[in-house]
Amino acid sequence: MKRFCTAALFFVLLIAAWHWAYQARIWSPVLVPSPESVVRYLWEISLDGSLWSSTVVTMKRLLAGYVIGLLAGLPLGFLTARVQALRDTVGVLALGLQGLPSVCWVPLALLWFGQTEGAMLFVVVMGTLWSVILATETGVRNVNPIYVRAARTMGSEGVHTWVTVMLPASLPFIVSGMKQGWAFAWRSLMAAEIYVTILTGFGLGHLLHYGRELNAMEQVVGIMLVIVLIGLLADKILFSPWEKFLHRRWGTEK
Amino acid sequence: MTLATELSAPPGARLAIDKVSKWFETSRGRVHALDDISLQVSEREFVCLVGPSGCGKSTLLNMIAGLEMPDQGSVVTAGQPVKGPSRERMMMFQESALFPWLDAFGNVMFSLKRKPGLSEPERREVAEYYLRLVGLEKFMHANIHELSGGMKQRVALARALAPNPRVLLMDEPFAALDALTREQLYGDLQRIWAQRHVTIVFVTHNVREAVSLGDRVVLFSPHPGRIREEFRIDLPRPRDINSVEVAGYATRITRALKDRMEHGAGI
Ligand SMILES: Nc1ncnc2c1ncn2[C@@H]1O[C@H](COP(=O)(O)OP(=O)(O)O)[C@@H](O)[C@H]1O
Ligand SMILES: [Mg+2]
Repeated sequence: MKRFCTAALFFVLLIAAWHWAYQARIWSPVLVPSPESVVRYLWEISLDGSLWSSTVVTMKRLLAGYVIGLLAGLPLGFLTARVQALRDTVGVLALGLQGLPSVCWVPLALLWFGQTEGAMLFVVVMGTLWSVILATETGVRNVNPIYVRAARTMGSEGVHTWVTVMLPASLPFIVSGMKQGWAFAWRSLMAAEIYVTILTGFGLGHLLHYGRELNAMEQVVGIMLVIVLIGLLADKILFSPWEKFLHRRWGTEK
Repeated sequence: MTLATELSAPPGARLAIDKVSKWFETSRGRVHALDDISLQVSEREFVCLVGPSGCGKSTLLNMIAGLEMPDQGSVVTAGQPVKGPSRERMMMFQESALFPWLDAFGNVMFSLKRKPGLSEPERREVAEYYLRLVGLEKFMHANIHELSGGMKQRVALARALAPNPRVLLMDEPFAALDALTREQLYGDLQRIWAQRHVTIVFVTHNVREAVSLGDRVVLFSPHPGRIREEFRIDLPRPRDINSVEVAGYATRITRALKDRMEHGAGI
């Protein structure tokens, strides 16, 4: 409760300072909109449904690509950890491509897929995949071999060992890889949506882009706020439960 | 298979190790880990293997467990040649090897999950029974990192006993514990053994530990690993590690151990 009050106080003060800066006309009102106008804008787009629909478009793209990246990355990571030949090939490729800022996939995706959903999906998958592969590989290679020996004496082998021992044992690495993959995917998707208009669906990036075209600062700031909130929510919903589980079971420092 | 048979003492198993040799290929060349080892362990016997590190004690235990195969010779338990791991022969390691992603109960359940012929409620009942047997009924749902070293080894013992093995293999299970905790565990292990009467092969490099636990102490020497001498320990149970009798045996065995080492170094 005390922590909540501190946080609430901080944000109230932040908004108050913003309001004051607007009132004092330190900057042009075209460049710094009032908090009220931002709230009004957000209210309007939630009433006419466009906030909801573009959030859905963006989240659909993000989740679809992310799930594909995970489903491909986990087994690939397991395999690269196990097969030396794959480590020397796919492993090196993953290391190189993970270092590539994921925004850099946007031009390539556009040339390959045109202005389609395929391009969006591709960008998100590329953002996710390499981080997940690398984290899974590291995780599996760090599993204490004694776990596998113990499991074998208890009648576990093959796929059962992979699913019930290797996977949970490498979870601390995998979860941090999933988090990184999510962050990369989210950033590159926003970049893609801002750069290119895709007629099959207007996402949040698209709204941000039009805010700039129309010189509507309250729209730009409002959408930025929404994007920040989605990031925070995703962290709470997608990753917090995993991290709590890891803290509780492994007893790692908060 | 019924719950009653699961919870009662298992049928005994003889263990016959016949002329076993084992080599390892390492970066430093071929290591002769075990040389012509023959050892008979009778039903419900408690045998301790003692020797300096590197004399192949863990390797021998792994071969009985079926985790490794001998290059020569054979390992036979209860009349069956060992071809791979089995729940008939369970192993306890120096590091508890408990799974941190499961709680204490989950760890014990793991060794029952793949055991056929039991329903889920029966498995739970068996797991609870063994956690109670090692005195951890209050810590069933504790996370592994919250347990002390001694408690971890108790969970590991419960996990190893849960599938009702006929042979229990213990590889320096108490080596990492403090003396006080260790002594408690000696008492508990002897109590549980008296109750369950499984065949136990116990590896240690602590001679007093071996004397206070074993019916027989088998002395190993390294390079290559060989059996040097055997000592039958004719002391009534339960034994106290601090008793004069235990100290007497331990002195004799330690002297033999030192002789061997000196001879070994002289060659
Ligand atoms: N998997 C392995 N690969 C290579 N060498 C091994 C392996 N396991 C054991 N050794 C070697 O075999 C010898 C016996 O080892 P070990 O059985 O662990 O001895 P102990 O348990 O008595 O200390 C040692 O020299 C050790 O280095
Ligand atoms: Mg050893």
